[in-house]
Amino acid sequence: MLKEEDKIFKNLYGYEDPYLDGAKKRGIWQNTKKILKKSKDQIIDEIKKSELRGRGGAGFPTGLKLSFMPKIVNEKPHYLIINADESEPGTCKDREIIRFDPHMLIEGCLLTSYAINANKCYIYIRGEYILEARVLQNAINEAYENKLLGKNVFGTRWDFDIYLHRGAGAYICGEETALLESLEGKKGQPRLKPPFPAGVGLYGCPTTVNNVETISVIPTILNKGADWFKTLGRPNNSGSKIFCISGHVNNPCNIEEEMGIPLKEIIEKYAGGVRGGWNNLLAVIPGGASVPLIPKSICDDVLMDFDSLKEVNSGLGTAAIIVMDKSTDIIESISRLSHFYMHESCGQCTPCREGTGWMYRIMKKMINGEVDKSYIDKLYDVTKQVEGHTICALGDAAAWPIQGLLRHFRPEVEKRINQAQKNKAVA
Amino acid sequence: MKHPGLINKSAADQPDSFEWTKESLDKINTIIKRYPLNKQQSAVLPLLDLAQRQNEGWLPQKAIEKVAETLKMSFIRVMEVATFYSMFNLEPIGKNFIQICRTTPCWLRGSEKLKKTAKDVTGCNIGETSSDNLFTLVEVECLGACCNAPVVQINDDYFEDLNEDNFKKLLNEIKENVRVKVGSQIGRKGSEPKKI
Repeated sequence: MLKEEDKIFKNLYGYEDPYLDGAKKRGIWQNTKKILKKSKDQIIDEIKKSELRGRGGAGFPTGLKLSFMPKIVNEKPHYLIINADESEPGTCKDREIIRFDPHMLIEGCLLTSYAINANKCYIYIRGEYILEARVLQNAINEAYENKLLGKNVFGTRWDFDIYLHRGAGAYICGEETALLESLEGKKGQPRLKPPFPAGVGLYGCPTTVNNVETISVIPTILNKGADWFKTLGRPNNSGSKIFCISGHVNNPCNIEEEMGIPLKEIIEKYAGGVRGGWNNLLAVIPGGASVPLIPKSICDDVLMDFDSLKEVNSGLGTAAIIVMDKSTDIIESISRLSHFYMHESCGQCTPCREGTGWMYRIMKKMINGEVDKSYIDKLYDVTKQVEGHTICALGDAAAWPIQGLLRHFRPEVEKRINQAQKNKAVA
Repeated sequence: MKHPGLINKSAADQPDSFEWTKESLDKINTIIKRYPLNKQQSAVLPLLDLAQRQNEGWLPQKAIEKVAETLKMSFIRVMEVATFYSMFNLEPIGKNFIQICRTTPCWLRGSEKLKKTAKDVTGCNIGETSSDNLFTLVEVECLGACCNAPVVQINDDYFEDLNEDNFKKLLNEIKENVRVKVGSQIGRKGSEPKKI
């Protein structure tokens, strides 16, 4: 269990002042000058050594990502982009960081930009987060007034600016290249990779895109050291992480805990347990809408980190735990996710544009068992046709929840179809 | 009827003109400075948002043309952005734009009941605007406040931890033009566990 002094997010619930005075009391901006005396390579090496993996869903090693940026700035400027387009169903952690501790993010932007030679940073926040954008803008203004941002910051002879850019309601803009397109003033349709953003990103310049939580933990890692960070969690899954527990629990909440905490422990200790007790649990989606669900039998002893969840054919994703008790209509639950992906498909690739709609329509019929049994295999086949055949991962994300459903709850689907056929025969 | 943000063509009834207010023009100047020279197209989302706020929550064709003119873009480039993003409404909306989250985490915690409550209080079906123009009711996908589910967004504000009773009370307060409490409706500060 995470000790109080090891917590990185000290104002996750907003009990204290989110602005500069409160932030300084929590240790933010206290060692910035000292860290900026290190060389850029030293900073990136420290992040690499900490084995920090991106907190936005894919879990890519952050230090490695930063090291892809060109070491020397040519005629093209470098950019750091913060992905605050938090829209993965179940996930609401970045919102809490932004509205309750915005200076953690701002300090993280400054240190990361310094390490990758960027003079400009854009924070792309989802359009619906209007209050959060206001808080963050106030914090940025405050940082400028106190000379924490702007020209020659901390006497480094290096200028640094942060700009806030609001999105306008498109889940796909959380995909890094769609985000760049959107930031350039276009429809948010993902780009083909390669070239990767580190080579050709925003306005064709070298760019790194990182999640809010990833960037917010970097100052603490650089303060306390990579070795401290690695004492938390498990090998290759180091550190602590904010878990968002939602759905059928007694007290839904956000909680920072060590990586690798057992799923059962985190639900029982912080979220007041599953509604009606642990035995009333049906299934859990452990990492946001895109990852396959896991039934109770796996939930009993699975650990919450990237590698453990991968072993059970699921994923940590954004660590958004969606709990479903036995009263849940599991097919409707997943069909609502299918509706979500149909709604959010950008329409660029045919397998996703057509496939997400097709999958939703079949899922919707399956709720009442109004399909032929052969459609179960056909549906699975279609998910396989969509998965891996699109430019971005939205196609995969639409396919996986259905694959998870069919993997673990096929008898339930069959039961519905049998029942419907029986009812029809009686009528 | 569809969510007015998901409509792909301009509304039938269009105003004759759209001009930036002095206040908007000042804002545009600061917005455009955030982006590099010759990259003012980046300002298209903030400018469409500004135009929509200036025009009671929706974008007539003249406003889209005005944004195109201001940013030296062709009309179709701005139009495709306006249709792509769900927050840009291409048809008029009521004074209170009620957006009920329908995605799984909110659904698990009773968003269907909220839908019924909203229909009862406002007299609107999903996608409709009430005859007194006070409410427009729509369903939206995940609002990103799942630990405070079920969530409803009304205009700029989130209302969290809702149930049938407090949502009904909230809607009636809005109807009577009483000042309402934003955020959690059960007294939570954020998304903390109940006892900490």
